[in-house]
Amino acid sequence: MDFQIALLLAQDGITNGAIYALLALALVLVFAVTRVIFIPQGEFVAYGALTLVMIQAGTVPATLWLLLGAGVLAAAVDARGALASGQKGRLAGVLAWNVGYPVVLAALLYLLPLATLALPLQVLLALLVVVPMGPLMYRLIYQPVAAAPVLILLIISVAVHVGMVGLGLLFFGAEGSRTPPFSEARFELGPMMVNGQTIWVIAASIVLIVALYQFFGRSIYGKALRATAMNRNGARLMGISPALAGRLTFLLAALIGALSGVLIAPITTIYYDTGFLIGLKGFVAAIVGGLASYPIAAAGAVLVGLLEAFSSFWASAYKEVIVFTLIIPVLLWRSFTSHHVEEEE
Amino acid sequence: MKLRTSMMAAIGLAFAATAAHADINVGVTVSATGPAASLGIPEKNTIALLPTTIAGEKVNYIVLDDASDTTSAVKNVRKLISEDKVDVILGSTITPNSLAMIDVVAESATPMISMAASARIVEPVDDKKRWVFKTPQNDAQMSTAIIEHMTNNGVKTVAFIGFSDAYGEGWYEQFAAVADVRKLKMVANERFARTDTSVTGQVLKIMSAKPDAVLIAGSGTPAALPQKAFKERGFAGKIYQTHGVANNDFLRVCGKDCEGTFLPAGPVLVAAQLPDTNPVKKSAVEYITKYETAHGKGSVSTFGAHGWDSGVLLAAAVPTALKKAKPGTKEFRAALRDALEGLKEVPAAHGIFTMSPNDHLGLDQRARVMVQIQGGAWKLVK
Repeated sequence: MDFQIALLLAQDGITNGAIYALLALALVLVFAVTRVIFIPQGEFVAYGALTLVMIQAGTVPATLWLLLGAGVLAAAVDARGALASGQKGRLAGVLAWNVGYPVVLAALLYLLPLATLALPLQVLLALLVVVPMGPLMYRLIYQPVAAAPVLILLIISVAVHVGMVGLGLLFFGAEGSRTPPFSEARFELGPMMVNGQTIWVIAASIVLIVALYQFFGRSIYGKALRATAMNRNGARLMGISPALAGRLTFLLAALIGALSGVLIAPITTIYYDTGFLIGLKGFVAAIVGGLASYPIAAAGAVLVGLLEAFSSFWASAYKEVIVFTLIIPVLLWRSFTSHHVEEEE
Repeated sequence: MKLRTSMMAAIGLAFAATAAHADINVGVTVSATGPAASLGIPEKNTIALLPTTIAGEKVNYIVLDDASDTTSAVKNVRKLISEDKVDVILGSTITPNSLAMIDVVAESATPMISMAASARIVEPVDDKKRWVFKTPQNDAQMSTAIIEHMTNNGVKTVAFIGFSDAYGEGWYEQFAAVADVRKLKMVANERFARTDTSVTGQVLKIMSAKPDAVLIAGSGTPAALPQKAFKERGFAGKIYQTHGVANNDFLRVCGKDCEGTFLPAGPVLVAAQLPDTNPVKKSAVEYITKYETAHGKGSVSTFGAHGWDSGVLLAAAVPTALKKAKPGTKEFRAALRDALEGLKEVPAAHGIFTMSPNDHLGLDQRARVMVQIQGGAWKLVK
């Protein structure tokens, strides 16, 4: 191995690490606010990427039907709740958001010449289809059991993951797809070539991380989420709705997932079940951060990416083993250095 | 929608099967979901095209999905044998499932025709495997074809990158053994996973070994990832793929990066380009026409053709077996096994089958051709 190979591997590792970092942030966020270990996080990566593929192929993405179905269900549940508590005034809003939005989106998708749209518009449409599934998922699946123990929430997450992979096969088929790169540009950086998409991935990750930092530090909703993460009951006493916090969290998680998918689709082939392994590596990074610290999780993600790149050079057959074995020393170290705080259950 | 109608058809067939016992019942388990879905789905579609009467007897196909999972495959086979009283089992799609099914079919003395590739499924023919047949070519046949092509084209050193599972390992074993005999030097041996998002490390390592050619042993679209990485890094040598990539989705995903790639394949892939004197042409074209009439132009794949061939073998063996016993009996199953073993020169989509007590695959050199990807299409290498 010479210096140039090391540089190329590092570049590869950092690109992958940037994606893992985004997913790790989403996982930490979801766990902190809702105590859900969000296994389906990776599915949003696949859904985002493959929805974009379908839009670029000029077909109406099949994920639209999932959105529409989930919207109708959520509307039914919410409308029943509103009627039962006598708040008829809320009905219009409930229907507009849960049913009106998907219908308008469906109309857009049917009317627009999807295949010939500019790339940013296609990406925007893909995000508009996939991202709202996050809050809908929270509303339908997690909100009714929001107070359940972590273990039950985890089991539900596994079920949701399996369900989403199955639906993914139905929507997208068994074969993988790629999208054209955002830019064909290539830069010469010292002794190595850097292609445009790599820059896109790293830049987008950094922008997103900074934006999240600003969101949590400056905006009132961000502060509300932080408060919920720190102390759920305390936040509730301050008038922060846990349901709203949950939906907002899942919205962010879905956005991060789908955007990651859109970013890596030009670099690698995405399958209906690709997301799981990517999400799992993000999870390893999140574990490094103790499912609590954002900066350590992000650093852990870059570590996972680099470890993956270098182990694929030296011992490709054992790559996954090496990456996932990282969890064991990390857990040992964490269990020695941190004292255990009992959860309130 | 297609999935649902075929599932309803399967349920309908299952009911029909319990209603009439004198018919020939064929139990099918394929991997229509899970990691091997891209192979299992065309196979399942193909089963629907198989003849519904053979030698005047009605044939019922009971199709189950094993989700590419070994345990489900065994469960399916037990169910087919004990509840549906099937006379023969077709499947499964992948090697691990097929291997696990051997014990069950041998125990109940039911013949089985596998659509999975590994030679271990039928070799060596012993007390249990005497009940097992298979239709896909052995990896050894395919790797000999690749090595022949390499040595004829001046390749001296070769690198290998394969799936980190049974498929890649199996190919490596076969390929390394033959390469050694033919004085071809292996300079690198790497693995990657179907779900990997990057193979830069492996590709750099192989390129630093400077091989004349590289063989990528992967199946379906995942095999496009290393190929794209090699092109991106400017690899100038020849690239070979295995017959596992022979479907149109691979061409779609790999695009212009796959131009010039060589691979061995069953003749069905390039059936229209075969000379009319080739005995496989007629039977291969028949399958393609049937499949494309049902599922649209360009939809056919070589994997579905393995399913078709299992049906062809069955149709050829059933008339002989019917002379000896009635369907639904132990005697019929034994007679069917004997008939399958006695098949001679049966033309199918992937080649000409001639079984023997020692050979439960029965394919010869006519079952493979070398193909090159040119202009985004498969071209027969003459």
